[in-house]
This record gives sequence, structure tokens and C-alpha cells, in this order.
Amino acid sequence: MSAVLPATVPAPQTPFRRFLEEFFDSKLATLGFALLAAIVLVALFAPFIAPHNPYDLAKLDLMDSRLAPGEQGLGGASYVLGTDGQGRDMLSAILYGLRVSLYVGVVSGIIALTLGALTGVLAAYAGGRVEQFVMRVVDIQLGFPAILVALILLAVLGRGVDKIIIALVCVQWAYYARTARSAALVERGKEYIEAARGLGLSGTRIVLRHLLPNALPPLIVVGTVQVAHAIALEATLSFLGLGLPSTEPSLGLLIANGYEYLMSGRYWISFYPGLALLATILAINLVGDQLRDVLNPRLAK
Amino acid sequence: MPVYVLRRLAQTLLVLFVTSALVFGGLYLVGDPVEILVNPQADQEERARTAAALGLDRPALEQYGIFLKGAFTGDLGKSFVFGRPALQVILERMPATLELAFLAMLMSLGLGIPLGLYAGLRPHGFAARTIMAGSILGFSLPTFWVGLLLIMVFAVQLGWLPSTGRGPTTELLGLQISILTWEGLRYALLPALNLALFKLSLIIRLTRAQVREQSLLDYMRFARAKGLPRRRVIGVHLLKNILIPLITVIGLELGSVIAFAVVTETIFAWPGMGKLVIDSIFQLDRPVVVAYLLVTVFMFILINLLVDLLYSLLDPRVRISEAKG
Amino acid sequence: MTALLQVEGLVTEYSGREGRLRAVDGVDFSLARGEVLGLVGESGSGKSVTGLSIMGLVDAPGRVAGGSVKFDGRELVGLAEEDLRRLRGKRIAMIFQDPMMTLNPVLSIETQMLETVLAHDAVPRAEARRRAIEALGLVGIASPEERLRQYPHQFSGGMRQRVVIAIALLHRPDVIIADEPTTALDVTVQGQILYEMQRLVRETGAALLWITHDLAVVAGLADRVAVMYAGRIVEQGSAAEVLDAPLHPYTRGLLDSVPAANAAGGRLRQIPGMTPSLAHLPPGCAFRERCGHADGACSSVPEITLRAARQVRCHHPL
Repeated sequence: MSAVLPATVPAPQTPFRRFLEEFFDSKLATLGFALLAAIVLVALFAPFIAPHNPYDLAKLDLMDSRLAPGEQGLGGASYVLGTDGQGRDMLSAILYGLRVSLYVGVVSGIIALTLGALTGVLAAYAGGRVEQFVMRVVDIQLGFPAILVALILLAVLGRGVDKIIIALVCVQWAYYARTARSAALVERGKEYIEAARGLGLSGTRIVLRHLLPNALPPLIVVGTVQVAHAIALEATLSFLGLGLPSTEPSLGLLIANGYEYLMSGRYWISFYPGLALLATILAINLVGDQLRDVLNPRLAK
Repeated sequence: MPVYVLRRLAQTLLVLFVTSALVFGGLYLVGDPVEILVNPQADQEERARTAAALGLDRPALEQYGIFLKGAFTGDLGKSFVFGRPALQVILERMPATLELAFLAMLMSLGLGIPLGLYAGLRPHGFAARTIMAGSILGFSLPTFWVGLLLIMVFAVQLGWLPSTGRGPTTELLGLQISILTWEGLRYALLPALNLALFKLSLIIRLTRAQVREQSLLDYMRFARAKGLPRRRVIGVHLLKNILIPLITVIGLELGSVIAFAVVTETIFAWPGMGKLVIDSIFQLDRPVVVAYLLVTVFMFILINLLVDLLYSLLDPRVRISEAKG
Repeated sequence: MTALLQVEGLVTEYSGREGRLRAVDGVDFSLARGEVLGLVGESGSGKSVTGLSIMGLVDAPGRVAGGSVKFDGRELVGLAEEDLRRLRGKRIAMIFQDPMMTLNPVLSIETQMLETVLAHDAVPRAEARRRAIEALGLVGIASPEERLRQYPHQFSGGMRQRVVIAIALLHRPDVIIADEPTTALDVTVQGQILYEMQRLVRETGAALLWITHDLAVVAGLADRVAVMYAGRIVEQGSAAEVLDAPLHPYTRGLLDSVPAANAAGGRLRQIPGMTPSLAHLPPGCAFRERCGHADGACSSVPEITLRAARQVRCHHPL
């Protein structure tokens, strides 16, 4: 078809500026980015913002437990989002919970990305039986739903921040490996890699300087989606009682704690942490969605 | 074709073996089931007796050997908690989970494909944008939290639907099914909806992406140039091409729905395999956990095989290359 | 002879980031019964969009923004979709460039042929089948009954295009719009398809609008030629005259860049510069930046001037 309009010549500008321009072209994505930035800031500075310290058991007053949002406690303290079963200020608990959730999501994401990308790129570079074997393992693992793998791992490992990070990394690395490998494969087929090999460039150099950087855009796209998934998964597992210990309540655990009060109409204990969780995942997904559209050359019209 | 099936079967056995070894080994390291099973006041002797009765006094490798030997004859061990064969306990709960998964898939496909088609065919309209924004929201909603909200709104506040448990069942082909009667369906609606929401978003997005991609292809243009009515262009030419990639995803997602039922069943106290495995994990009922995994893994592999067969039935290109291979 | 297809002032616009772009900008031509018109231009010149505009197949974000397309005295622009559908495939057929992509990969040839018959004629399936077999025989496909049951991937590229042509011929249309139907084929197959098309339009009496970038193809096939550049027809006339003595510098350039037109060993001439993007067309004559004859006058859009039976859109015709 010659009917397609000829590509328009963009005004000269740096690729990064063009990327920014395209990214913020969508109102929804801009909103998502702003929301995400706000959430990250709030989580980072939780100790300074939170009106109470939810970890300080000495400050908890059981007399103040299960207060509705806006109600005043006996000691005169006011709780914007109410209190939970132990008299913990929900707002503070949510701010601290966000910290835990984001931390777990991001750290597991970074480790999984590093491990997965290296595995994938090396598999693509090595080719042959090594590649076949690695991809077979990846396929089999991706055939299992993430929740199932994580569930069993945690059943074996027990609770704890480090344990859940291990479980999340185990669940996620395969996605990165698959993405990195397919991106690297495209690149490997190109002539300049052949040329680089012909020139006697070292394997490490080819992998690090050529294959890996080209795999980066799709990895970033997969990465944002996966961090959102990881946060949701951690919350789910904590909700089931398999994730984090109650000494470090993530959002999932807060929601689980409110479960028993739900039937009696004390919705806020579960509702607000869920809302915070939703906002976080939604913001990441909005950003990820736009990233995919902007970074995917196939969709670029 | 037979060679292909045989190879898949061999692979299945290998995967099952590896899974069982990993899980068995892993669970062996976790806690002592005897601690949970016996009365806290029980003396040393009684503990030893319980352990011996369950075969827990033998070395790990021997325990695994006994398990493997049994596994080949379809015996996956006895549940510590129920005192009955683990496989039997699982299979009893399976229809409940499957009907939930089936209903959820039906909901997400029945809504997702039409919505995705619409959003793909009129990508710039207000409705399409709303659908897509909604699907991002659906993608981001934590399933368990939505489950709580559903109970809160429809069961507690409005009182329209029951919040927990499974309704009365009727027997169909030897299976206890609850969704065949309205009374039973009422119980299943909320959990199925809960389970369907995430998949619904996924199906919408996939369908839309496929529609957008396929719509640009010349065969769509040629179909219109032939003067075919719109409903035939979309309902036959487009839909058949979209369904082929969708089938693969649907197969994978069915497996994931079954796995995710763990969460939904816990929230809605739905007596399926998922609830069973969560309980078993906490009660260190090792045989049930291992049996659950083996059964689900087997099911996934079966689903994948069915998807492949269905795929080759739908796509003439695959049919031919299979015959040649 | 009255024209069967009369296109006047046709404008097709695409709206995008750069605003509205005119892919087709005031195109006029006519096609008589049994006539073959070659519509020639580079990719991006708007020739394919012209074909789609006639068929009413321009998709959003594009739309026919003005002008008229009269078929057998009936205005097609603005015609209701259902009325257009009745004409498509029945009286005006269209075939496309890549036969690999034109046929639906997951439907059998039988399904794709029968549905075309049944979309326009309420006949029994057996009758539709008979017609399909006949059409396949017409385009030179051996054992058509057997082939009917097969799927597109079981055909070679040339055979596929024959099937596509057979589908186009099912209703003996008055007009066939062929959008580069040989471009994607091997050279030897190209020749066969060209020959078949020529034979078939003669046998069935269909008028043919042949859209191509290849002047060599047009030379052997067309009665008349229209040359398109940047959405406008810049020259139109009988094939012999236009190809022998072009009036527009662009046509000259196109002819000169055909390898066969150059002496062996001689330097292959080419048109300087690149096809301009529609978003960045120079004001005035769109070709002036690439034209050796351009001067101040070319900053205004040249009108169409008549030279006997020929038309040219140039301030300085050769």
C-alpha cells in the first residue's frame, strides 16, 4: 500500500526531549505520573508527614481503637481516616504501609530485572543448547501462575521482607529474561553484531555495549508493569497471611486486619489502605501504558 | 501428531517429578506437622506415635521414596488433617473451584470480547476511551480488596446476594455443581465476578490490540471491497483472526484463574481447592499441599495441550505444518 | 461516449498531528466503458487513496472531503453505506497489491468466493459454487473444484493473485480498480498476470483503473495515462503520447529513471531530491523544488492547461 502518508519530518530535537514530549502528550499519563510522584514522595517522607508513629506500640491507646474517620480519641488526638483494631491511626499506618509496599515492589523489581536481563541476553548471545535450555525453563515457569509459585515459596520460606523479595524475584525474573532475550535476538541478527564479532570484539563487550542497551526500552516497559504486579502480589500474599509479618504492616496486611470489622460496617480499616494500594498500582500502570506506547516503534504511527 | 502428544506427555511427567521433588523437599524443611496435629499437652510418647503413624519418623529421602512409589499408583499420600487420601480430598473440592473458574472465564470473555471489539473498531470515540480507561482501572484493582468491597456493598449494605459459602448443589455426571440452579448461582455470582474483573480487563485490552492490528491488514479492506455486509466482515473475517491468538491467552488465563481462586475462595469462604490449600499450608498438611500442586500442574498442562489442539483446529496454517512435521 | 466513471475535484484529507493533510487534492479523470486508465505515481502521491476514495473505503482518520465521483450517472460521494456496499464487488471491484495479505488466511477459498457471490445475489449455494468454479477456470487455475477447498497459504503468490482476480470477476463488474496488483510478484509471474488481466478486461468488457508506480507496465497495458504527484494529477493523455513526449517535467523524470529507457552503460538518470512529505509541501507547484525548469512563476499553483486531447498542470510544459 502506497496510500500511507509519508512520515513527517520531526523538528530537530534530542531523543530524550521528544520522548518527554510524547510521554506527556497524554493527559491520563501525565496524571498517572503526577500521582506516582506524589505517592513516592509521601512514602519516602512518611516519618515526617505521618501524624503518629504506627510502630510505636507505647503510643497506641486501645481506648482509641476502631474510631471512625474524623472522630476524636480520648486523649484528644484526631484521626482523619480513623483507627484500626489496636487504636492505630489509619493515615499513619497507610503512609508507612506505602513505604513497605513500594520498597518491596521496587527492590524485587530491580533484582529480578538485573538477573533476568542478564540471563536473557546471555542466552541470546550464547545461542544453541544453552539458549534452548534457559528458554525452556522460562517457558515452564511462565506456564505457572505467579501467585501459585509465590504461595508455595512463601509456605516454604516463611514470612519476612527478605523472604517475600526472594519469592517475588523468583516469580518475575522469567518475564525479564524472555523480554531481554527476544530484544537481544533481534539485535543479534543484525549485521553490525556479526561485524563486531568479526572484528574480534570480546563477548562481554558485545553483550554489555550492544545487546543489553538495545534490550533496555522493552525491559523498562515490562519493568513498570512488573513492579505494579509485584506490589499487588505482595499485598495479596500478605492479605492471605503469607507475606509480611505484622510488625511491618504493608497495605495488604492492613486490609486483612480490617477484614473482620467489615461486616460490622467499620469499612475504613480495609477501605482506605485498599484505596492507597489502588492509587499506587493505577499510577504505575498509567505510566507503564504510556511508556509502552511511546517506546514501542511498532505502534508509533 | 502422536509423536507431538507423546513428547508433551514425557515433558509433563518430568515437570511433575521436578515439582514434587522441590515442593516435598521444601515443605520438609518447614516446621513439624506433629506439633500442630497433637494436643499441646501430649507427651513425648504420643508425639512419637503420631509421627510414626504418619510416616514422619523416617528419613526425608525415604519419605519421598514412599511418596513417589505411591504416586505412580495414583496414591499421593494421606492428609494429616483429614486422615483420608489427599488426592480424594482435593478431587472432592475440585468441582467447586472449576465451576467458579468457568463462570469467571465466561463473564470475562462474554463481556471482554464485545467491549474490546467495540473499543478497537472505534478507537477514538468517547465510549472506547472510557472502556480503555476502565480496563486500566480493572487492571490495577487489587483482587482481594475488590472482593471485600463486593461483599460490603452487595451483601452487607444492599443485601442482594449472599456473601460467603457455596449454594446448594445438584449432581451432573457425578459432579456436584452449584451454578445450575438460581439459588446456587446467587452464591457464585460475587466470587466469580471478583475473579473475572482482572481477566476482563486483560481480554478487553488484548481484543482491542488485535482488532487494531488486524483492521489495518489488506484482507479486511478486500472483504469490504467485495461488498460484504459489515457484520460479516467483523463477525467472520475479523473475529476468526482475532480468536486464534486469543485462544492461547485464554488457555493460560484459565490456569491462572484456577490459581487465583486461592484468594477469592479465601475471601468468600468458597469451599474449593484454593481455600483447601491455604488451610493446608497453615496446618502443615504436607500431602494435601503436594497433591494440590501436582493436580493443578497436571491440569495446566492438560489445558495447554487442549489449547494447542484447538489452535490447530482453528488455524489452517498450523494444521498443514503439523501434517508435514 | 459518456464516461462510466467520472471523478471531479476529488479531495481526500487525513487529519493527524500536523493538522489536515490532503492526500488527494482536486483529482479529475474519467473512465469509459472498456477503457484502461493507468494512474501512475510514486508511493505517497495519493494514487492508492484515490482508488480507495472511489470505493468509499477510506478509513478514519481519513475522509473524502470534497469533489464528486459519478458512476454510471450516480453520485458515490456521500452515498449511504448500504448502497455503496451493493456496488462494491458487484459493479466496481478492487484488487490490492499483496495477494499474501488480501485473502483471509483462516478462511477457505470456497468461503471467500461464495460469500462474495451471496453478498449480492440470492442464489442457492450450489449455484454460487458453480460460479466460483467458473471464475477460477477463467483466470487459468487448474482443477478449480479441488483448489476451492484449499486455504490461501496452499497457493503460490501468483496463484493467489489469480484467485483474487477471480473473486473480483465473480459479478462481471463494470469497473475494476487494480492497486499495484503485480508489484509484489516475481517478474515472470507479473507478466502472466498482466497478460491475463488484459485478456479478461477485453473478454468481459470491464473498464480498468490500473494504479502503479511502474511506467513500463502502463506502457503495455493502458489506453490512457494519468500521472499523479503530491495528491494532484500533473499530466493526463493517451498512453502513447504521454510516454513518447511527456509535457510535465515530472513525467519526463519518471520516464528517464526507467532503466530500460537508458542506453546500456549510460548513467541512470534520477529525479533530484525526495518525494516531499504532505506536511511539508512547498507552496505553489509541489514539484518545483525538484524541477530544473522552475522559476518565480512556479510559486503559484499551476492550473490545468489543455493541449489537444492532453492535460498538463505546469507553468512551463516541455
